[in-house]
Amino acid sequence: MRAMVRGYLIFLSRCLGIAFVGDWRYYLWMGVLTTLCLLGLNAYAKQLVHGLVATGMSDQVSWGVYIANFTFLVGVAAAAVMLVIPVYVYRNEELKDLVIFGELLAVAAILMCLAFVTVDLGRPDRFWHLIPGIGKFNFPGSMLSWDVIVLNGYLLLNVHICGYLLYTRYQHRKPSKWFYIPFVFIGMGWAISIHTVTAFLYVGLGGRPFWNSSIVGPRFIASAFTAGPALIILALRVIRRVSDYHIPDRALLTLRSIVQVSMVINVFLLFNEVFKEFYTDNLHVASSKYLYFGLHGYHGLNLWIWVAVACNLVSLSLLLVPLSRSVRWLDVACVLAILGIWIEKGMGLVIPGFVPTPLGEIVEYTPTVNETLICFGIWAFGLLCYTVFLRMSVPILQGRLSRANEPVHEDADSDARLRELLRS
Amino acid sequence: MAEPKPQPPGPPPWAHGQHDGELTRRSFLRATAALAAGFAAVAALSPLRELQKYSSVEEFLQKHYKELTPAEMTRVLERIAREVEREYQVRPHVRDLKPMNGVEFAYALNLTRCIGCRKCVHACVAENNQSRSPEIQYIRVIKMPNGTFDVERGDHHYAPESVPEKGFYYMPVQCHQCKSPPCVKVCPVKATWQEPDGITVIDYDWCIGCRYCEAACPYWARRFNFGKPSIPKEKLNEDMSYLGNRPRRQGVMEKCHFCLQRTRAGRYPACLEVCPTGARKFGNVLDPESEISYILKHKRVFVLKEEVGTLPRFFYYFDV
Repeated sequence: MRAMVRGYLIFLSRCLGIAFVGDWRYYLWMGVLTTLCLLGLNAYAKQLVHGLVATGMSDQVSWGVYIANFTFLVGVAAAAVMLVIPVYVYRNEELKDLVIFGELLAVAAILMCLAFVTVDLGRPDRFWHLIPGIGKFNFPGSMLSWDVIVLNGYLLLNVHICGYLLYTRYQHRKPSKWFYIPFVFIGMGWAISIHTVTAFLYVGLGGRPFWNSSIVGPRFIASAFTAGPALIILALRVIRRVSDYHIPDRALLTLRSIVQVSMVINVFLLFNEVFKEFYTDNLHVASSKYLYFGLHGYHGLNLWIWVAVACNLVSLSLLLVPLSRSVRWLDVACVLAILGIWIEKGMGLVIPGFVPTPLGEIVEYTPTVNETLICFGIWAFGLLCYTVFLRMSVPILQGRLSRANEPVHEDADSDARLRELLRS
Repeated sequence: MAEPKPQPPGPPPWAHGQHDGELTRRSFLRATAALAAGFAAVAALSPLRELQKYSSVEEFLQKHYKELTPAEMTRVLERIAREVEREYQVRPHVRDLKPMNGVEFAYALNLTRCIGCRKCVHACVAENNQSRSPEIQYIRVIKMPNGTFDVERGDHHYAPESVPEKGFYYMPVQCHQCKSPPCVKVCPVKATWQEPDGITVIDYDWCIGCRYCEAACPYWARRFNFGKPSIPKEKLNEDMSYLGNRPRRQGVMEKCHFCLQRTRAGRYPACLEVCPTGARKFGNVLDPESEISYILKHKRVFVLKEEVGTLPRFFYYFDV
C-alpha cells in the first residue's frame, strides 16, 4: 500500500516537474498565457469589488459573453465523445492513440466552463449553496442544478479515465478493463447529456420565444460536434508540429469526416430555424429580426451574425470539396468553423434571447474591456491547463517518461517528501 | 503538408537543470521567473483591498430562511439592524413578518383610469429602499398606442409635459406573483419561493446572483443589483421586513413583493396608496366580500401573456 502511494506521488511529482521544463518556445507560450491569466485575474478582482456593473450586462440583457463562452465550451467538452465512440465502439485504429488528447481537451474545457459560470455569479462567496447536501439544491426542478451535476460528473469521469490510462502507461502496466471501460461507456451518454442539459437551460424558458424552441438542443449537439472535433484537429496539428508524437494524416482525415457531416447537419438545422422564424413572421420573430437585420434601428448583432454565417458557409464548402483533404485547407476550414460556431452560439444565441425584453424594450449589449479581459484570462487559463496536460501525457505515451527511467536521487527525494507528508 | 520535424539528438529537454544543489543559470532563471510570477499574482489581486463590507462571517455561514429557528432568526434580524445602523446611522425596525392565515393576495389594475403619472413607481422606490444609484425600479409603466396589446409598440421612456396623452393608454407592469412562477422553478438554490399568501419572495442572503430567474420571468419583473446599492440616509424607510424591503447587497436579485412589510400588517401597498386615480386595487381573494373579489367576479379582467401559463395574481381590466 505504502509503496503504491509512494509510486503514485513520484508519478505526480515527475508530471508536475516536466510541466516546468521545455524549450524557449514552450517558455514563451507559457509566459504569454500566464500573463493573460494574471490580467484576467486582475480584472476579476476589480469586478468582485465593484460588482457586475463592471460588465456590459443590464437588467435587460442579464447574460453576456460569460454565459456565451460557457455554452460554447460545454459543446467543446462534449465533443470528445466524437473520438471516444469511433475508438471504443467501432474499434477505429487511427484514433486509438489520440483519443486521450480529446478527453484531456474535455477536461480543460470543463475547467473553463466552471470558471465562466463562477465569474458570472453575483455572489461567488455563496457558491456553497450549490453543493448538494450542504447547500439547498433545487434538484430536479432547476436545469441549472442538473448542469452542476452533469458538468462536475463529466469532469470526474474524464479525469479518472485519462489519469488511470496515463498512470498505467507510465508503469508499463496493461490497464484493467473493469477500471475504465465502464466509465468510458458512461461517459459517452454523459457527454451528450452535458450539452443537452445546457440547451435545456434555454429551451425551458417559456417567456423567451427565441430560446423556447425544440430545435435548440439538436442544434447545440450538431454545432458542438462540428466545433469540438475541429478544435481537436487543430490541437493535433500543433502536437505534431512541436513534438515528435506520431499523428498520421489518416487520423486527421477521419476527424475531417466527422466535422464534415456535423457541419452539414448544423447548417441544415440553422436553416430550419431561420425558415420557421421568418416564414411564419409572427410577433416571436422579433429576436431573429434583431439578430439578422436589426430591429427599430438597433443593429448591434448584425455584423457578428453575418460573419458567423459567412464562416459557416465557407467552412462547409471547404469541407465538402476534396481540397480540405490537404491538411492546410483543413486547418482553414476548422478555424472558420470554430469562429462561426462560437459567434452563432454565443453572441448569436444568448444575446438575442434578451432583445427585445419580454416587455418590448430594446437595450443593446456590448462587453466592456474588463469583461473581455476576464474572458481572455479564462481562455488563457484553459489553454495553459491543456498545454500542461499535453506536456505530461505526450512523453508518457511515448514511453520517455516512465517508471523504468525514474532517476534514483529523485526517488530518494520523494521518499523523504513522503515521510514528511505522513508526519504532518 | 507539414511533416513532423525530426528532434535534434541529445538528452530530452526535461533532463536539463536537474543536477542536485548546483545553482545553474537555468535554475536561477527559473527561480527568478517563479518569484516574478508570485509578485505579479499579488499585484493582480491588489484591487481586493477595496473589498469592504462585502459580507461577514455570520452572513456567510447563515442558513436558508426556511431552516432558521426562531432564536436564529432573532439573531439574524439583530445583525441586519446592526449593519443598517452602521451604514445609515439609523436604527431600523426589522421584522420577519409571516403570511396571515386565510389570506391570498391579488392585485387588479384599472387601465381605464391609469394616467401614466408614474407616482406608483417612485412611491415604490421610497417604500422598498431600492437603490437610487444604480437606479432600480420595480414598476415599469408602458405607454401604449390605442388599438394594440403588442408591448413592442409601447414606449418605456415617454416624457411629455403632461399625462395622459390622447390616443394612448398606460400599462404599469410589476411582479405578477404568479401561481405557477417560472422564476421559482429555475432557481438552482431555492433562494426564491412562493409563500402561502401568494407572494413570491427572495432570501437576499441566500441568492447566489446567477440571474436565471431574471431570464425566466416573462414579465421582466426582476431586478439585479449589478453595483453596490446606494440610498441617501434621510430617504431610508426604517420599517423593514426580512423578505421585504430591508436594504439589499451588491450581487443579489430583488423584485416587487406586494409591499409585504405593509400588506402582512394589514395595510395597502405603497403604489396603491399613492395612485391619484384609484386605478389600483388590492386585497384578499379568499374573502368573497373583498373589493378584489368583486372586481374579479364582475369586471372584464384579463392577465398579461396568458399563453405562457404562469397564472398571474395581477389582473388588468377596462372599466368602460
